[in-house]
Amino acid sequence: MTYKERLDKRKFDETRKIEAKVGVIPNADGSAYFKIGNTWAYAAVYGPRNLHPKFLQDPSKGILRCNYNMMPFSSSGERVRPGGSRRSKEISLVTEKALLPVLDLEEYPNSVVDVFVELPQTEAGSRCAGICAASMALADAGLAMKDLVCAVSVGRVDDKLLVDLDYLEESYEDVPVADIPVAMMSNNDKITLLQMDGLISKEDLKKVLEMGKKVCKDIYEIQKKALKAKYKTEAK
Amino acid sequence: MNKGLREHIIRLFGSNTRLDGRKLTEYRKPFSLDINVVNTAEGSARVRIGKTDVIVGVKAEVMEPYPDMPDQGSIQVGAEFLPLSNPDFELGPPGMEAIELARVVDRGIRESKCIDFKKLCIKEGEKAWVLVIDICTINDDGNLFDAAALAAVSALKNMAFPKYEDEKIDYKEKTDKKLELKCVPISVTVSKIADSFIVDPDSEEEKAVDARLTVASLADGNLCALQKGGDYPLTSEDVMKMVDIGLEKGKELRKLIK
Repeated sequence: MTYKERLDKRKFDETRKIEAKVGVIPNADGSAYFKIGNTWAYAAVYGPRNLHPKFLQDPSKGILRCNYNMMPFSSSGERVRPGGSRRSKEISLVTEKALLPVLDLEEYPNSVVDVFVELPQTEAGSRCAGICAASMALADAGLAMKDLVCAVSVGRVDDKLLVDLDYLEESYEDVPVADIPVAMMSNNDKITLLQMDGLISKEDLKKVLEMGKKVCKDIYEIQKKALKAKYKTEAK
Repeated sequence: MNKGLREHIIRLFGSNTRLDGRKLTEYRKPFSLDINVVNTAEGSARVRIGKTDVIVGVKAEVMEPYPDMPDQGSIQVGAEFLPLSNPDFELGPPGMEAIELARVVDRGIRESKCIDFKKLCIKEGEKAWVLVIDICTINDDGNLFDAAALAAVSALKNMAFPKYEDEKIDYKEKTDKKLELKCVPISVTVSKIADSFIVDPDSEEEKAVDARLTVASLADGNLCALQKGGDYPLTSEDVMKMVDIGLEKGKELRKLIK
């Protein structure tokens, strides 16, 4: 069997429907949500603020701390037990590493910038959606940034290369599948997150990263538009 | 709490107004209730009161019934004070305040007897539905109690059971089977600051609250759960006044139910 047509009729280089909004959590210093298909991520930024316990403080620069969490009812399967798992810890870590390169925290010694990513609803691509939301929230918080970070999953199902795998594609069992979440800085195409589950050839990896680059440019435009929209409504 | 601010809040009450211009027993606007906001949950609702924003989701699980109630299913309520919703909330297991909130919401529903727990039994002594209700705060600007209680009962009222076959739940397939609610409990939290009673304090006012009483009531005017909170005592006259306000405002909130 070959994968001729995507199950939801999307083109192979087409993402699910994206919706983004900035300034959605009034208590936060910066906030945003990013929806892609059925995956929905909120991000809130608090800080720079005092860091406790004190031994974590770095007198040369501020630190970034990210936390990724799925709400208990956010999975289409069983309830997710609150309190975090090994999976959510790892995603928190790679999210942090994905965002750090665009930030300049030297201005904030001994402080912390907290990023909380919360997912009310998920269906594949949740770490990428979280990174997209977090990147917008950091910009909304007014932090000095070199760039926005855009993230999407790319990969293959059978002999087809594609972007933004949905749950059914990710879990296809009869044919080889590769799921590659990737995050990029949009201006210089540098990669800040790269993971892969599955099987893929070197040649295909190269091709599919190029597809990811293109999609990240589109996501960048959506993020930029959402950021501008907030300040437009505030000006009114 | 800043002393001057507290005095100012109390002075405003003298002319029947509040920091944001509201009357003492007036809820904030916009006050909205949306149902089925999360499609991965079996039931869900989102309540926004002013800047307070809460999402509640219900997941259905199948478990062995409790040995002392072999022919009944059950409900379970949890609350997560997410650190994304308030700079003072921290990561970690639920604190005392989150646990109190979850238990007050739980009692409001349980004690109203709106759910026939026997109907949640699948096979006596072996299998029964457990409805796990999770409260997640998106933005906390005071009065999480009323927002969470309203969202929780709305999520239950509109939930659909997943398919259950061969002792397995197929979460991907929702059935037409709904949860029958025999009545709808509505919770109103009335707060006392100095000698005045208010509803729906924002987070600034909440710091000035001396005592609060959560009043859960039914459409027929009966009470189904109460919870007193806050550091100061109440007289029985206070309690009766607060119950009256709770019942009166409960009628208003009831109109929002979908």
